[in-house]
Amino acid sequence: MAEDQQKISKTTEEVDVVTIRFAGDSGDGMQLTGSQFTNNTAIVGNDLSTFPDYPSEIRAPAGSLAGVSSFQIQFGSQNIYTPGDTLDVLVAMNPAALKVHLKDLKINGLLLLNSVNYTPRNYKLAGWESNPLEDKTLKDYRVAEVNMSELVANSVKDLNLSPKVINRSANMFALGFLYYMYDRNLDSTIDFITAKFGKYPDLAEANRRSLKAGYNYAHTIKIIRTNYRIPKAKFKKGTYRNIMGNQAVSFGLVAAARKAGLELFYGGYPITPASDILHYLSGFKNFGVKTFQAEDEIAGVMSTIGAAYAGDLAITATSGPGMALKTEALGLAVSVELPMVIINVQRGGPSTGLPTKTEQSDLFQAVLGRNGEAPIPVVAAQTPAHCFDAAYEACRIALEHMIPVILLSDGYLGNGSEPWRIPEYKKLPEIKTHKKTDPEDFLPYRHDEKTLARPWVVPGTANMEYRVGGLEKSEGTGNVNYTPENHQLMTELRQRKLDIIADSFPPVVPFGNSSGELLILGWGSTFGAIRTAVENALAKGLSVGHVQLTHLNPFPKDLGEVLGKFKQILIPELNMGQLQTLIQGKFVVKTEGLHKMKGVPFTQSDIYNKMVEMLKGLA
Amino acid sequence: MNEVKTKPAALSKKDFISNQEVRWCPGCGDYAILSQVQKIMPELGVPRENIVVISGIGCSSRFPYYMNTYGFHGIHGRATALASGVKLTNPELSVWVITGDGDGLAIGGNHMIHLLRRNLDINILLFNNEIYGLTKGQYSPTSELGKVTKSSPFGSIDYPFNPPQLALGAAGTFIARGIDREQKHLQGLLKHAHTHTGTAFVEIYQNCLIFNNGVFSHLTEKEVKAENVLVLEHGKPMIFGKNEDKGLRLNGSHLEVIQLDGKTSHDHVLIHDETNKIQALLLSELTYLKDFPTPIGVFYHQDVETYDHMMIKQIDYAKEQKGEGNIEALFHEGYTWTV
Ligand code: SF4
Repeated sequence: MAEDQQKISKTTEEVDVVTIRFAGDSGDGMQLTGSQFTNNTAIVGNDLSTFPDYPSEIRAPAGSLAGVSSFQIQFGSQNIYTPGDTLDVLVAMNPAALKVHLKDLKINGLLLLNSVNYTPRNYKLAGWESNPLEDKTLKDYRVAEVNMSELVANSVKDLNLSPKVINRSANMFALGFLYYMYDRNLDSTIDFITAKFGKYPDLAEANRRSLKAGYNYAHTIKIIRTNYRIPKAKFKKGTYRNIMGNQAVSFGLVAAARKAGLELFYGGYPITPASDILHYLSGFKNFGVKTFQAEDEIAGVMSTIGAAYAGDLAITATSGPGMALKTEALGLAVSVELPMVIINVQRGGPSTGLPTKTEQSDLFQAVLGRNGEAPIPVVAAQTPAHCFDAAYEACRIALEHMIPVILLSDGYLGNGSEPWRIPEYKKLPEIKTHKKTDPEDFLPYRHDEKTLARPWVVPGTANMEYRVGGLEKSEGTGNVNYTPENHQLMTELRQRKLDIIADSFPPVVPFGNSSGELLILGWGSTFGAIRTAVENALAKGLSVGHVQLTHLNPFPKDLGEVLGKFKQILIPELNMGQLQTLIQGKFVVKTEGLHKMKGVPFTQSDIYNKMVEMLKGLA
Repeated sequence: MNEVKTKPAALSKKDFISNQEVRWCPGCGDYAILSQVQKIMPELGVPRENIVVISGIGCSSRFPYYMNTYGFHGIHGRATALASGVKLTNPELSVWVITGDGDGLAIGGNHMIHLLRRNLDINILLFNNEIYGLTKGQYSPTSELGKVTKSSPFGSIDYPFNPPQLALGAAGTFIARGIDREQKHLQGLLKHAHTHTGTAFVEIYQNCLIFNNGVFSHLTEKEVKAENVLVLEHGKPMIFGKNEDKGLRLNGSHLEVIQLDGKTSHDHVLIHDETNKIQALLLSELTYLKDFPTPIGVFYHQDVETYDHMMIKQIDYAKEQKGEGNIEALFHEGYTWTV
């Protein structure tokens, strides 16, 4: 049979790295499709990085540009640091998805379309003047134009399902199609479907058939002459799982509480994109985690301060606008010298800004945004998996120094995912607290020499009753004290307490060259794009080094020395130069900034091109 | 067997007096309230170390410094939220919030109503002096309409809050009112608030000698107070007046004052039932009504399961269902692979 011959004539090719984006209407199930593809990718042993991008409107009009939801994954046999720049494959379930995302598809890249949705009404709604499938719009791409809905309908004829249900399973068709393209096994998704739709056997069957129909269809059509196999990535030895940033933060908090022998209290108010931390923690009640959904952001942080006073590991999380509301309370937290972690999962600003998009523009707010001299340590997570370490580190600093700590994450990290090498709990660093129950020589504001922590005496401890508050207080007794000398002393003490935290930081070791022409200095979630670009540059023989800061306040003590070893310094940020300003305020160095304010992360080529420009004539 | 039992020495009022100098204006009503609180503390049967006094900002909010218990002087309006965190961290603690009409009803109004609604086992003492004292004399959310103050030279055009009514509307489960000068009565209220399991809201009329002197004098001056104050007692008829010759009765859906002069029988007088929410609402309506007495005592009292209790129950239930949380298992849940 002709068809069989066609099948046989297909070949399998090996490639290193692939980027795919699933895009469709909010109702098309793109997030689910993406996460299924992600799990399956983890199973075959590729490294990966993902990024979901969804509209902030819960129900944007169907078929509109505002309603487009997408999920991107880059996977490969090498280290994958980002969800990828340009796309090898774009799945565009409707004309709006095509309109928004086509620009990112590589020339000759594969475009998979559900043709049933490309009606005049839909393509006009998406802003196409004529049908993009019929004009020259797609001439540079390999187009698989498939009436998925019809094919699915044919495969489930006997089940008597509504057209709506059939249309909804088209995403599984697309997924099956890609599983064929990347030589995958369907089992993980079949198991998932069976578990998810267990109560609705017809629906489960429709989704299973749709998945298989997509797989078989890809097998038969001409445009797919080759399918691809990506060799396993070389991971460091260990056990892995895929993890999202907000999930990793939650795990880090629970682990730190356990390690310190404390219960975990979380007080917060729902806000995008931080709410998932509240969702995760509220499911951890069997770990003794107390979650308090407060009436507003202020009550969220105030209840957290109360919990810290009473002896729990106290946490609150929010995003920029919520952080602004918490500002006054952060000053109180500094003044009362209690341990807690305040998490800001940053989004685009100012004001309500871009709630579902990512940005790094709250660094000034974290480091400087309080009345009075109110130093607060700031820790930043770099990748979804690193969110675990950063959260754990923030708790460690808070507890060991009796100080509130700000942890900066962002929408890109919080919702993004990557493989996480699962740590052994017992090998995590010990965390000591300053709890004290011995009344001998007790003074509430007597500071420990090494850490400058004050004793953590909690209500319920006999014979140590003491009062605390936001008024300036005497060193030692903690009694209210407005004298000029005392205020000078306490202000300096609080600053010194921040500064000595840097004693425990590991040395700054640049990746790539440790001195020379150009240093790329980044912080937070730009890690992946910078690291990829730097690896490319090194491979081309350029003299570059990379430092990604986790500690932004205080800076590592040896940072100035490292900066001095490079002729040029580039600081890429998703803001208008906030780290750059802090660095130039602290060290006498000339730096160049690279600023992107589009609500999306840097691509590696954004960084790479800038490096090449700065090194022009030197290579 | 000679078993020696060492009973902890009984505490007295002076054990609750801190070493800090009290800094209210001489003659301020706050002194009397502080004294009553210190007096009843030894009688509560709560170890001193389990008592936490939490305040916001304002004259009254200096209170924690003067109590030899655990104490936290917070920030403006946030004492109730701070207290919620303390109570949820250690539900064994006896938590007392000290607030005022500005702190608790203006800047902290939102946290106040939400604490009342959630019904954490916390006692709120709201010192109402109908003025801003610490900022030196602006009108407050309980100042009467037309009040001339520094910030309202032509008279305030703000309608005041009615605190017990606000608390009722916020689903408060214990709502009471006392007066700084009525010391014995106040002691009873404080003890009652303590025994209530749930949020207790006690409004205390407090004279600000400097900026609002005499605003409650019709309720405190010997010659007139009996005519103007109705002391609510559960199960007792609502009678007031120097000669106990006036009573409250229900006429349709309104309260009215009746003269008990032999012609009208005592039988018509309403009996106070602190579990009756509708009656509590009617009584709270008298707060600003001329020609009616001002009620003090417990307006409303109902036992409802507390937030803190439900939280503990949920945690216990989760542990029972899923077993005590295991970190390694949490890390490894879902699909994992080993290299
Ligand atoms: S200003 Fe008024 S309320 Fe404040 S301490 Fe003085 S008398 Fe008391």
